[in-house]
Amino acid sequence: MNLGETLRTGLEAIRSHRMRSGLTVLGILIGIAAVIMTVGLGEGAQSKVSSEISSLGTNLLTVSPGSSTSSSGIRGGFGSSNTLTLQDAEALTSKEVAPDVAAVAPTTSDSEVLTAGNNNWTTTVVGSKPDWLSVRDRTVTDGRFIDNEDVTDHTDVVVLAPDTAEELFGFEDPVGQSVDIAGVPMTVIGELNSVSGSSSSSSSSSTTEDQDDEAIVPISTAADQLFGGTSRDSVQDILIEATSGSTLSAAYQEVDDELLMLHHITTPADADFTIATQQQLLSTATSVDKTLTVLLAGIAAISLLVGGIGVMNIMLVSVTERVREIGLRKALGATPKLIRRQFLVESSVLGLSGGILGAGLGIVGTQVLPGLVNQPMSLSPAATVGAIVIAMAIGLGFGVYPATRAARLAPIDALRTE
Amino acid sequence: MNSPSSSIEDTQQFDATSNLRLARPVIELEDVRKIYRSGSLSVEALRGIALSIGQGEYVAVMGPSGSGKSTLMHIIGCLDVVSTGRYRLAGEDVEVMDEEQLADVRNRRIGFVFQQFNLLPSMTAQRNVELPLVYAGVERAERRARATAALERVGMGERLEHRPGELSGGQQQKVAIARALVTDPALVLADEPTGNLDSASSADILDVFDELHRSDRTVVLITHEAEVASRAERVVRMRDGVIVTETPVAAGPGDSR
Ligand SMILES: Nc1ncnc2c1ncn2[C@@H]1O[C@H](COP(=O)(O)OP(=O)(O)OP(=O)(O)O)[C@@H](O)[C@H]1O
Ligand SMILES: [Mg+2]
Repeated sequence: MNLGETLRTGLEAIRSHRMRSGLTVLGILIGIAAVIMTVGLGEGAQSKVSSEISSLGTNLLTVSPGSSTSSSGIRGGFGSSNTLTLQDAEALTSKEVAPDVAAVAPTTSDSEVLTAGNNNWTTTVVGSKPDWLSVRDRTVTDGRFIDNEDVTDHTDVVVLAPDTAEELFGFEDPVGQSVDIAGVPMTVIGELNSVSGSSSSSSSSSTTEDQDDEAIVPISTAADQLFGGTSRDSVQDILIEATSGSTLSAAYQEVDDELLMLHHITTPADADFTIATQQQLLSTATSVDKTLTVLLAGIAAISLLVGGIGVMNIMLVSVTERVREIGLRKALGATPKLIRRQFLVESSVLGLSGGILGAGLGIVGTQVLPGLVNQPMSLSPAATVGAIVIAMAIGLGFGVYPATRAARLAPIDALRTE
Repeated sequence: MNSPSSSIEDTQQFDATSNLRLARPVIELEDVRKIYRSGSLSVEALRGIALSIGQGEYVAVMGPSGSGKSTLMHIIGCLDVVSTGRYRLAGEDVEVMDEEQLADVRNRRIGFVFQQFNLLPSMTAQRNVELPLVYAGVERAERRARATAALERVGMGERLEHRPGELSGGQQQKVAIARALVTDPALVLADEPTGNLDSASSADILDVFDELHRSDRTVVLITHEAEVASRAERVVRMRDGVIVTETPVAAGPGDSR
């Protein structure tokens, strides 16, 4: 009896038990579709977060005051100590000190009330330098950004992000208009581009602030007029852009060395500042989502396993139900090997068709569901192929045992079973 | 279908009482016992059977219900194993055969008609009859032709596409007989093959068995009917798992006891 004949016999058996075969396929189908969709959901969330973070610029280093590692007394809370100064930032702009640094933007920021006419709007006001634009990878869609003269002259100018501009001026052109920040009148000189695209109300919690709602002023003006504070020279962060992604670690080293020297610190572990790369941010954020993906995949795998046990159960029932048939086939000259093969064909055909249909449903699901639940989903080819392979393996694995059991029966014992 | 066995027939007619010595025995049973155990209960269905059936013999087995006829037939057909004793088929010890060899014996050498027919309900009559040929590795077109021929032989040529559920008991029995004959086996074992048939189809089937006998096939059948047994050369009577008498029937059909 050749393989084609075995296949025919198996298919005939499947066809003659339509209901049972259908239920088996359904069990696998649901399991596989669940795996593909849950993995897709997890990966979709992951890639959404990482694309949001990398939109901030991947060559970015952020120097913050305070130590996140030191156990010595300096600590005093992350970001609260005023250990970073404008002079630090200035030193890093030197090509000799830090040849791999492309741009340096010291920043200070605070929440302030902005007033234009009758409109009030509370937002984050950032004091920085012209390099801010390049470091944050932003552009100005209207007017201009603050320049070096604004910084040296402490001019009272502000650049608004699009949502802020809309809140204050509606659809009027904000450039040239005046806005009061904490009671200080300032002239709007430009408007920033929009970052979040269509989904302006980004619900992502992983990114820092809403980049479409902020106001940028020269850092000198901010120190003078707005934030005041104990030391005019202290800054909250220094944002640094490396010349390229590949020079990021070199830039990191240069910044670290220079700041340690300026701060007269000999042991790097005692540093009173912390340098974070965008990569670190990215990996923390994605690792959270990875945990989610693993969790979801685990749930899906369990549902697949349950589906598999269902298949095994159905195959076992089918064997018990069909012992007479098996006895008869053996009485007519079927070898145990052929019986086993027939059952293997049956169960793997069921497994494979469940797998393919499940993959189809999963693929359709990943296309249709994001529109319904407003969650990004990505189709993972690895998960799809893997799921089909698993389905096949379930069919085979769970078919082997019943088939072997069936093949061992003595013909007459099998024929006597009711 | 090999050389007409007129010489053997002559010999048998000439010396029917001692035909055990004449033909080489295909079936040899020595002190065969079969004990069924279920829990603490045990039933001894066969209690020491000694039987020898020669090549080309036509034997009828009779006996009351529960006397062990079917049990004996299953052992002869290699569908069941003895508890103790020996069974040799064409000189080979069945006990030492492995599953592959047994499957081959069942497939090529034996045609078995079950008391309960045992047809596959999901298949048509033709597919049911084809089944032994599937395992014999016969290709499809030939299988169909041979199955059709076998069904025509038992008068079921009109019912090729019917499933067992759509057939009467007698018709199912005929399909079961066709399936046993389709491989053209040397040994035909039939457990009450006419039990469900009217006298006309019963006679047709018995003619088929006579034909098999004439072409040198070994035929063993179980029956309750004296007319059926009268067709055979020899009648083996059983009671409570033992053979009580072995009566040679005077040769020639119609000649009862
Ligand atoms: N699987 C079994 N388990 C236990 N006992 C069995 C089994 N099969 C048969 N028997 C017993 O063995 C004895 C012989 O049974 P068998 O079927 O051989 O009888 P039989 O002569 O064919 O009867 P009938 O003419 O009614 O078909 C009976 O007493 C029966 O109860
Ligand atoms: Mg019986």
